[in-house]
Amino acid sequence: MNILDLKNVQKIFDGSLEVLKDISLSVDKGEVVAIIGPSGSGKSTLLRCATLLTEMSSGELSYLGEKAAWTDQQTGKAVYADKKQLKKIRSYFGLVFQNFNLFPHYSVLKNLTDAPVHVLGIDKDTAEKTATELLEKMGLSDKADAYPCQLSGGQQQRVAIARALAMNPQILFFDEPTSALDPELTGEILKVIRQLAEAKMTMVIVTHEMAFARDVADRVIFMDGGVIVEQGDPKDVIGNPQEERTKQFLARFSKQ
Amino acid sequence: MTFQVMLQQLMNGFSKTLLIFVLTLVLSMPLGLLVCFGRMSRFAPLKGLIKDGTPRFWKTVCGFRPVSLLFRFFISILRGTPLMLQLLVVCFGPYYLFHTKLAPSWTFTALILGFVINYAAYFAEIYRSGIESTPVGQYEAAEVLGYTKSQTFVKIILPQMFKRVLPSVTNEVITLVKDTSMAFVLAYAEMFTIAKQISAAKTTFMPLFVAGLFYFIFNGVVDYVMGRIEKRMRYYN
Repeated sequence: MNILDLKNVQKIFDGSLEVLKDISLSVDKGEVVAIIGPSGSGKSTLLRCATLLTEMSSGELSYLGEKAAWTDQQTGKAVYADKKQLKKIRSYFGLVFQNFNLFPHYSVLKNLTDAPVHVLGIDKDTAEKTATELLEKMGLSDKADAYPCQLSGGQQQRVAIARALAMNPQILFFDEPTSALDPELTGEILKVIRQLAEAKMTMVIVTHEMAFARDVADRVIFMDGGVIVEQGDPKDVIGNPQEERTKQFLARFSKQ
Repeated sequence: MTFQVMLQQLMNGFSKTLLIFVLTLVLSMPLGLLVCFGRMSRFAPLKGLIKDGTPRFWKTVCGFRPVSLLFRFFISILRGTPLMLQLLVVCFGPYYLFHTKLAPSWTFTALILGFVINYAAYFAEIYRSGIESTPVGQYEAAEVLGYTKSQTFVKIILPQMFKRVLPSVTNEVITLVKDTSMAFVLAYAEMFTIAKQISAAKTTFMPLFVAGLFYFIFNGVVDYVMGRIEKRMRYYN
């Protein structure tokens, strides 16, 4: 079954700027999808629509076959499900931000346990056990009591990934997870995502790391001007693009 | 009058100064938060009338927020007129407007009421600055994790807000220490009023100088305490 289904998504800002034009995208269980494309192509907006941070203008959004939003036939505008349903839907996905967005006043451990305890209602001991295991996987066992400001960017991003995983999501979104990091720290994060891919975590990753997208993703999507220009096997899309726009975008990367 | 007697009288006045200070602070800080909520209210009853093609002018008209506007007006009056005048209005307004007979005990109530309302307006704006300077990413992270709006505010936004506004709050508290002397307009015998009386009666500047010293030392304590709180909050940034 598809974890995520987006159908005919359209997003118009301020009544005139069409950022997403009729985008459809499905993500299968265990699939890793990388979305690449130039700035302003709508990648991030698509991710924000999928994670309910931005309302789409029209289109359909569902997780595990459960509808979060659909287009009203009469008005042609997107209608969202009720609060209770959206809360349930939110528990299906996690999101890792470009600039981490950890809670600075909480210790690393509390960043990982607070939402499981107060949103999912998991008891504190279980949540702490899960969090400790996750930190161990991230190589951050010794940082449980540290505060985010005491960590490097790479460590903060690993905590952010652990925080998302602590909610036990069905699918994890990454919005340019390495764009705020230097090349060395970028490697750190990519390694973690690679491990998640090997563990068959369903993921959608917006990234500018072409080599990484090629190596880790099952499918690469190239977006430009609010549409999906080309998609398919990473080796084909990145190694041998068919569309002129894709070739143009990847020209700089291919020369390296 | 010996120096000791003068000091004794000033000390008596100082206890009243302290009473105004503590009551105003304890009441205006939470009230300020409520005022801040009112000021930030997004309640707009006519918003539903805005359609895609609505002209900009009508969008502005239909988007008006009555609660926010009301609090904005209230804050602008309290910040835009002298505290002294406000104290007089609160104290004597009921008599002039409704010919209410005012009990002698009313003066003190009116005094505290005037101070609390005035300071709540200032604190509200300080809190607002702290809330609005929260990075939008904090709200988004909380939303994606499934926190409710009230959870997000209480657990994520409010604690960070308090840390950020501490220096501004210190400023305001120090101003309050000195503003207590404004109580003289209602003939409430706090320290400065007494100092002035003794000074006038004995033609000496000494009591005023000592009163000044009291304020200075008191503010030193305020500064120290607030500094300690700021330091304790420095475990994150």
